[in-house]
Amino acid sequence: MIRSYEELNRFREKCAEAFDRQTRKVLVCAGTGCVAGGSLEIYKKLIEFGKEKNLNVQIELDFEDKHEGIGIKKSGCHGFCEMGPLVKIEPEGWLYIKVSLDDCEEIVEKTLKKGEPVERLFYEYEGKIYPEQFEIPFYKKQTRLVLGNCGQIDADSIEEFIAKGGYSALARALFEMSPDDICNEILESGLRGRGGGGYPAGKKWQQVSRQEEKERYVVCNGDEGDPGAFMDRSIMEGNPHRMIEGMIIAGVATQSHEGYIYVRAEYPLAVERLKTAIKEAQRLGILGDSVLGSDFSFHIHINQGAGAFVCGEGSALTTSIEGERGMPRVKPPRTVEAGLFGKPTVLNNVETYANVPLIIRDGVDEYKEVGTEKSPGTKAFAITGNVKNTGLIEVPMGTTLREIVFDIGGGIKDDKKFKAVQIGGPSGGCLTFDESHLDLPLDFDSLKKVGAMIGSGGLVVMDENTCMVEVARFFMNFTQNESCGKCVPCREGTRRMLEILERIVKGEGTLEDLDLLEEIGKTVSDAALCGLGKSAANPVLSTLKYFRDEYIAHVVDKKCPAGVCKALKSYSIISDKCKGCSKCARNCPVGAIKGEIKNPFIIDSAKCIKCGACVSMCPFGAVEEV
Amino acid sequence: MSVDLTKVDEILSRYGSQQRHLITILQEIQAEYRYLPREVLEHVADAMNISTAKIYSVATFYENFSLEPKGKYVIKICDGTACHVRKSIPILEKIREILSLNERKVTTDDMLFTVETVSCLGACGLAPVLTVNDAVYPAMTPEKAEKLISDLREGEI
Repeated sequence: MIRSYEELNRFREKCAEAFDRQTRKVLVCAGTGCVAGGSLEIYKKLIEFGKEKNLNVQIELDFEDKHEGIGIKKSGCHGFCEMGPLVKIEPEGWLYIKVSLDDCEEIVEKTLKKGEPVERLFYEYEGKIYPEQFEIPFYKKQTRLVLGNCGQIDADSIEEFIAKGGYSALARALFEMSPDDICNEILESGLRGRGGGGYPAGKKWQQVSRQEEKERYVVCNGDEGDPGAFMDRSIMEGNPHRMIEGMIIAGVATQSHEGYIYVRAEYPLAVERLKTAIKEAQRLGILGDSVLGSDFSFHIHINQGAGAFVCGEGSALTTSIEGERGMPRVKPPRTVEAGLFGKPTVLNNVETYANVPLIIRDGVDEYKEVGTEKSPGTKAFAITGNVKNTGLIEVPMGTTLREIVFDIGGGIKDDKKFKAVQIGGPSGGCLTFDESHLDLPLDFDSLKKVGAMIGSGGLVVMDENTCMVEVARFFMNFTQNESCGKCVPCREGTRRMLEILERIVKGEGTLEDLDLLEEIGKTVSDAALCGLGKSAANPVLSTLKYFRDEYIAHVVDKKCPAGVCKALKSYSIISDKCKGCSKCARNCPVGAIKGEIKNPFIIDSAKCIKCGACVSMCPFGAVEEV
Repeated sequence: MSVDLTKVDEILSRYGSQQRHLITILQEIQAEYRYLPREVLEHVADAMNISTAKIYSVATFYENFSLEPKGKYVIKICDGTACHVRKSIPILEKIREILSLNERKVTTDDMLFTVETVSCLGACGLAPVLTVNDAVYPAMTPEKAEKLISDLREGEI
């Protein structure tokens, strides 16, 4: 148990010494992506081989052993998911990609024993080999602060977190600052909520502090429901203590003593890591009745979601923790006045809390050096879709879309043409390959101006083979499914919009439908009860604005330019190329192809179900898709 | 059909009868029984002194709760944005075709497979993905899915 500021410092020195005695470190990525690729087996194998070769392998910090050791660790997400499983080697900073079980023996033999690299596992791009992680273009433009520990320490080890300066911000907040000081510092730092809204966190904290009711709560929103987003998951899995430290500081600042973390049920690994982190923090006296020996008490509970997207909305989330149907309510009163159990509540998301210790530890000025004036700090993004380098990145606020998609993301997969970026999930919008969009600095305010939002930070890149009308239908289908049904504009409006979009992709839409879509969309935006409803129309409205010609192609010409919408496809046989072999006719599941042997065959479009079997069967490429 | 309630009582005794524990209790019950049987919910209502209607209102609100028994292998095909643009739907269609399932019929008659879609598993870097009872299978294709199903079936024999 750590009972004072001094004891924490002494413990840190001890941890840091043990950490530094591990002169070589092997950090096996244990994020969900690499785990799916088998990284945990690789981790076990490396330890096994290392021990077999009589190396001084340490799986946790060894305080007793004063000899140099090799630390083998399960670290948080390194981010470069496309190239997983990833293994990082310190002190050289080498990154091994696509590591498999078969590589383990060589890694132990060469790298761990002799300090030599296994060159074939280095990343290679355009003929150049990149041994060091931070030289790789994917990492070069990143600034990893919130994700800093991911790839440096063992995600499950509180000792390693403390060795790297963890919980020193909490100690400073607890012993050197008044609650008002903390709120002021967070306000001055300009930290804005990373969950989508961008509301100043310090302001929120001050509002809670001002309430007369003394029973208050700190709640962390880990219900990262936006499809295409996994930043918060990676923080919870890879740097859980950083987020917990932020929550305790929020507790100190607002004099609350209970914290709740609401995590999606789809993130089992995050729940496991958080549970371990809480237990470890309790063991060391960082959580509990007397935090670091002070008279401040703080307890954290974990609630698992049960699969309702709407619970990412503040009032729905707190209602869900109370054990009810998670539906939003009319505001005011706001969450800061009457949130969880009807009491004043600080509600921020995972990434926001994870930023807090950086501000308190390094000071406001240093924090503000990164990012833009109105959106300081960094932002984590999940870059996915039709892009070469998918993964998790962290960049200064204000980085342009071009830098993210082309420099970090490496451009479009299979060298296709870039078409759009969907940002901010179902509440966000689609941006185009328009110079003014690509060079837009990504921050809270500039995205709002073009009808999109940063949202939680999901960035899905789409290539020329993506149909934007279908994308709009996809999102509307999502929102419609997830609409909680409480307010009419969202419940009925999303249903009607979905029906229209379904009509359009079937080729049954009209020009009037486009106006109707716009009208309903605007009504839902104006009249829905909660933030999710208000933003539900964004994907439709933004595609209508920037990709209107695609909609028109669907409703007027009855064509899908990207060739995605099945109903708008038709097949015909080019008679010059057809040799009359009858292969297509024999393979057609509905008997829609007729003809005589050695003469060109014909497709009966009334019978055709557009399955495409004839296209793949024809040995002469005579079946044409239009 | 009568259901063994001893497990339910165990779960209930761990949490007590405050409503704020209801969702957690239902989650644990579902982990045990693979769905929420009606008798169990009625028993929970009595034990927690909450109306059965209230319990159903919560159980039906959340996507993850099922009032129908699920198969031994619950296959969730991710149809989040990233998976969707990397063509997750053909994988879903393939699996449904192999197992003779559709949007309404989600569980096979032998109670071996349940096939569902999920909005996002957060493994977007590996799209398209699916999970079988929480184990993640990355970079799927219809062909790989076909092999996966036959492997799972073989493991049963």
